[in-house]
Amino acid sequence: MEEKEEVTITVDGMPVKAFKGETIASALIASGIKVFRKTRVRKEPRGVFCAIGRCTDCIMTVDGKPNVRTCVTPVYNGMIIYTQK
Amino acid sequence: MINTEIVIVGAGPAGLCAAIEACRYGSEVILIDENQSPGGQLFKQIHKFFGSQDHNAGIRGFRIGQKLLEECHELHIQVMLNTTVWGIFEGNQLAAINSDKSFLINPDKIILTTGASENSFAFPGWTLPGVMGAGAVQTMMNIHRVLPGKNVLMVGSGNVGLIVAYQLLQAGAKLKAVIEASSNIGGYMVHGAKLLRAGVPILTSHTIIRASGNDEVEKAIVSALDDKWKPLPGSEKEFDVDLICIAVGLSPQINLCKMAGCKFKYVKELGGHIPVYNREMETTIPGLYIAGDLSGIAEASTAMEEGKLAGLSAAKSLGYISEPEFRKQSVTIYKRLENLRM
Repeated sequence: MEEKEEVTITVDGMPVKAFKGETIASALIASGIKVFRKTRVRKEPRGVFCAIGRCTDCIMTVDGKPNVRTCVTPVYNGMIIYTQK
Repeated sequence: MINTEIVIVGAGPAGLCAAIEACRYGSEVILIDENQSPGGQLFKQIHKFFGSQDHNAGIRGFRIGQKLLEECHELHIQVMLNTTVWGIFEGNQLAAINSDKSFLINPDKIILTTGASENSFAFPGWTLPGVMGAGAVQTMMNIHRVLPGKNVLMVGSGNVGLIVAYQLLQAGAKLKAVIEASSNIGGYMVHGAKLLRAGVPILTSHTIIRASGNDEVEKAIVSALDDKWKPLPGSEKEFDVDLICIAVGLSPQINLCKMAGCKFKYVKELGGHIPVYNREMETTIPGLYIAGDLSGIAEASTAMEEGKLAGLSAAKSLGYISEPEFRKQSVTIYKRLENLRM
């Protein structure tokens, strides 16, 4: 297995360590973050479901862009992520 | 606007083999995939394939994927990644998007190898974080090297459920149980036996009633079923889990075929609605071929043979292969497909 370069991303203002090129969803799950958003009306927690970019359960706001599918989007150093509520 | 001879949509085992075959006979091929790397489901398959030597028995799925990718590189096949084909129009024109920019492609022939997607199954609490598809868990574990949970309930005992359950064990998770609604274990017993030997209960005639937890899954409530598939009152069992995997089957991804106006047939054993195709893997739309799970849920070896056949057929229809040569090559493939389907 190749060595991966460590990067830092920010999730809801908190720094989270990740590996360059891994998906946002993997980085969050690896750090123990399972709730990626709350639904708009009933504020129910949602996270990863299909992990392959089809179901849109895992969407978060990434560098200002809303509804980004975190399970298919790779991280880079300095990425700023917010849970959508 | 891009003009080319053959576009192949989906770079999994079927698409890769189609591209390699068509290219070998001299066709101009563009292979497109929406992911950032090709290989489809092959790279998640860390277990050894079985079957004959012809079908790479004893080799792990991801190594087969690596071999296919190497062949593509050697043949200088053009591969477009991070590119989603979102439309197919009159005259087999394709529309694709990459980095928020859409563009059109005019191929002479199209081979769709878009594979399948996981089915889902709703029950109270299924939206809680920690309830995921079994394929999703396999992606996270085997590709991203992340374990999504430590105490797991697997719902579904088909091959995907059994294999992913075993891979979870290998990754250090604890399997509380595998549950199966029907009265029989769905997958091959060679996989089931490994789980039973490891002490994992496989509960047939059981279903999940509810998942509960605050912000994440914490408990799964499971119930036995009577012979009318109704929950038996008083038979509820509670499991402490942080991960519930849903492995209830796959369905072919037929969207592009639907858009193209292909004729379909409903075949339950093959995953549902399948585009009708002939002995050359051509659908009812001339010049539009399919291969792999899109033509019916099977496995990688079948996908690779069908991909080869579709690549051959497309190349032949462009005049790159003579009828006698095509017949010779395809007879071998038909024989291998027959062996796989026994």
